[in-house]
Amino acid sequence: MSTIAHEIRRGAYADSIVLMQLQSSLAQLEGVDDAGVVMATEVNLELLAASRLLPEALSGVGPDDLLIVVRAESDDAAAAALAEIDRLMSRDAGSLGFSGSGTAAFRPKSLRTALDGSPQARWVLVSVPGRYAAQVAREAIRADRHVFLYSDNVTIDQEVELKREARERGLLVMGPDCGTATIGGVGLGFANRVQPGAIGIVAASGTGLQSVASRIDALGAGISQAIGTGGRDLSQAVAGATTLQALDLLAYDPATRVIVLISKPPAPEVAAGVLAAARATRKPVVVSLSGTAPPLEKLSNLWFAQSLEGAADRAVELLGLQPTASHVSPAQPGDAPKDSPKASPRASNTGFVRGLFSGGTVALEVTQALRFLVAPLASNLGVDGVADASIEASIGHTILDLGADEFTVGRPHPMIDSDLRQRRISQEASDPSTRVILLDLVLGDGAHPNPAGELAQVIRAAVEGPGAGSGARSDAGSCERSGVEVAVVVIGTDKDPQNLDGQVEQLQQAGAAVFRTIGGLVEFVADRFVGAVSPLPSRLELEDFDSISCINVGLEHFHDSLAAQEVGVVHVEWRPPAGGNERLQAILAKMG
Amino acid sequence: MNANQANQQTIERMIGARPILKTIAQASEVIPALRERRLLHAGPPIEWDRMSGPLRGAVIGATLFEGWATDAEAAEELASSGAIDFEPCHHHGAVGPMAGVTSPSMAVYVIENQTHGNLAFSNLNEGYGKVLRYGAYAPEVLDKLRWMNDEMGPIVKVAIEAAGGLDIRALLAEALHMGDEGHNRNKAGSLLFAKLLAPYIAESSADAATRRKVVEFLGDNALSVLNPVMAACKAMADAGHGVEGSTLVTAMARNGTDFGIRVSGLGTDWFTAPAGIPEGLYFSGFSAADANPDIGDSTITETAGIGAFAMAAAPAIVQFVSGKPQDALDATLEMYEITFGEHSHFTIPPLDFRGSPTGIDIRRVVELGITPRVNTGIAHREAGVGQVGAGLVRPPIEIFEQALLAYAERYDLG
Repeated sequence: MSTIAHEIRRGAYADSIVLMQLQSSLAQLEGVDDAGVVMATEVNLELLAASRLLPEALSGVGPDDLLIVVRAESDDAAAAALAEIDRLMSRDAGSLGFSGSGTAAFRPKSLRTALDGSPQARWVLVSVPGRYAAQVAREAIRADRHVFLYSDNVTIDQEVELKREARERGLLVMGPDCGTATIGGVGLGFANRVQPGAIGIVAASGTGLQSVASRIDALGAGISQAIGTGGRDLSQAVAGATTLQALDLLAYDPATRVIVLISKPPAPEVAAGVLAAARATRKPVVVSLSGTAPPLEKLSNLWFAQSLEGAADRAVELLGLQPTASHVSPAQPGDAPKDSPKASPRASNTGFVRGLFSGGTVALEVTQALRFLVAPLASNLGVDGVADASIEASIGHTILDLGADEFTVGRPHPMIDSDLRQRRISQEASDPSTRVILLDLVLGDGAHPNPAGELAQVIRAAVEGPGAGSGARSDAGSCERSGVEVAVVVIGTDKDPQNLDGQVEQLQQAGAAVFRTIGGLVEFVADRFVGAVSPLPSRLELEDFDSISCINVGLEHFHDSLAAQEVGVVHVEWRPPAGGNERLQAILAKMG
Repeated sequence: MNANQANQQTIERMIGARPILKTIAQASEVIPALRERRLLHAGPPIEWDRMSGPLRGAVIGATLFEGWATDAEAAEELASSGAIDFEPCHHHGAVGPMAGVTSPSMAVYVIENQTHGNLAFSNLNEGYGKVLRYGAYAPEVLDKLRWMNDEMGPIVKVAIEAAGGLDIRALLAEALHMGDEGHNRNKAGSLLFAKLLAPYIAESSADAATRRKVVEFLGDNALSVLNPVMAACKAMADAGHGVEGSTLVTAMARNGTDFGIRVSGLGTDWFTAPAGIPEGLYFSGFSAADANPDIGDSTITETAGIGAFAMAAAPAIVQFVSGKPQDALDATLEMYEITFGEHSHFTIPPLDFRGSPTGIDIRRVVELGITPRVNTGIAHREAGVGQVGAGLVRPPIEIFEQALLAYAERYDLG
């Protein structure tokens, strides 16, 4: 049982070829037996009748009216076919006349037009004057494009806002004031021509990026992606927004086997999160904190470089050590989370480290190492960028040299008399915000004859927690939750009079983790506090970084450079809105 | 309602309007304002003192045509004395090319927008040479007008009615696929127009010589359809006028002295500034020095999304934009920058049948500093010499800025 349905579009002229095409498309739809699409002239109506396509009770149509008829198996199929008309008639949206190649000469005058006309261009380069840059970048982001923001004089508030919006949409903003990047082998801005390879770079410094990339190239290795973040990305306000996205991208980019992270001295509270993200990549990451002494040489999969050149050298060396087949290098035992590259089940950002040291230099070294790993950090050691600790009660992460004058007035040094340290351990253990207590144990002639014995009881009490004595919490798994962790670095030799092995054993029996190096102690902390990575709201699409095409707004020079690299690029002939008239600009801004 | 929502409504009304040429009538019968001693003219309001040569010439000619004066001198005296009222065509649903002077007893095409019911009018096209719309008023000019009014008009009127009206939107859509852009090139459209009417003219009771003359006149004049096209564009643009909050232009017009625009959401106000001299090609013996400032209501075509906006459809006249077909494409592509929508009926083959750029948005014009393109004829600055060339002109940016400031004030945007 077939049914005939029709639609009349009055005064809708279309060329006969268009009509024939529509007719053929409709006839191919499921459940449609036949279709007719004609201007309703008398001759055409007769033709329809001959094809059993003339609707009954058709009146009031004339030669200017477009008549669309379908004969279908059912009413539903007929209705569904008629509902498809607009889609079938719509032009192919692929080409709007300026695809960036071929005969196209038209240069769009506005970003909007370029965006509409170049859906394949996933990147927008923005190099307009700073006061307009955020507006242009925002428009690009809202059109779902990544932004290379060369412009400077973008306010930090604008930067934060742009990056927030981009992150939520799974887009990257490189910059502002980003001078260089290499994405999918294409140099953006000022970029060296480097060979493709397996080293990914994330850099807050343009010249830093160029130095490292050039050096890597000179050493015979190559670059997978080099991502600029803008110089303020690791500030407290911006909080490493771009860096974190870039690290996440390089972590799952199969072409990247080693990562170099180049930073200007970061805000301490940001550094911890960034290093956590670097660890979470589970790939070797060479970290160069330009202008700052590295906190330590190595921390699980992180290597700290002294210089840019050193970073490049190390990266190439590590690349040589990497298996070429696999993109995920197995993490070293106990170092990094195995279950997920996103977060360590053990690491979390709750609770604090409290270091109670008897040796001043040990405390100093620990403080310096933890400076970029945990925040907020305080100490009584006068380290740059680390807050002064309160003597009475610890706040946040705190490292104390208990041998300092303020603690030893009127009492013996803690290497001899541990009374003060015992009381402080108890005090910290009873502070619910304490998660880890760090101690040193210095052996040797002149030191206490059994320092471990002195501390064992208070350590055990701290580890077991306040509920342990009542028997209410006997389960071993939950003890950890109620008490704190204690880690001790033991400094001494097996010839020392205190019996090194016996000291270590006493501490371990009390529940402490024991290390023979300061580095071991720092890693213990890092394992717990550096590694928790909050998942990104939306991930970057790897294919957007593979083979790129761009829209360029601003310096024509950048267009020419991309064209010379044979990259598809549409140049927008941008001019300041309203000819720079601020009053009109303000009105336009309000109008949306 | 924000501007975008308002503009969406404006554009839907403009594109959804279906202008049907219904008949020909005497102007005073269908335009109440012409029941008095009054002349309609192209462009924004203007008084005699500021009128340019061609407009004054057309006023003199119309005054003679109406019999309000017996010679040119008397007509000029009458017109300058204040005894004749002047009002823009646009205030009365009408449009006219060049001087656009429309007088009470002239025949006018009547367009009805079947979707929204509004009417629009335009006088009959006189063809080339010495014509009233360029300010000529010699006896042969007036003789031709009388022939058009008294002989051709009634025959064409009967033909239009017998045809059941002509869908000008459909005619334009087809003409755009035949190399017209609807403003400077109406060759295909005029032939379609003549062809559609010819069978009904053939059935007219007039004698064979007259029927032949009418068909020949319509067919020979490549601008025959311009006037109904302009009225159709007026009907479409008017359908989009008066949408609260809309920033789209619903009229662009020039009176030979000023260029003016109206905006959908800004009531009946005109925003005006001195009209420019078109850049273009001149007939032999003439140069830019002979050109009058831009004149005519024919910019209603660009307002409605055709004319220079559909330049890409008319490669035959790319000489106006320098001669290369790519420039014709670029001209249209540039207009997408400042328009709010794309026409669903007027499509452009070389742009993959993309809809023509429609609905000039004053926000985009001001923001980008890109003014609408206008294809236009060029009038001699002295009355009665006629057309001296054709070319391209753009309205002054100031009128769009004025409109934006007025919008800010009216809608309280500081």
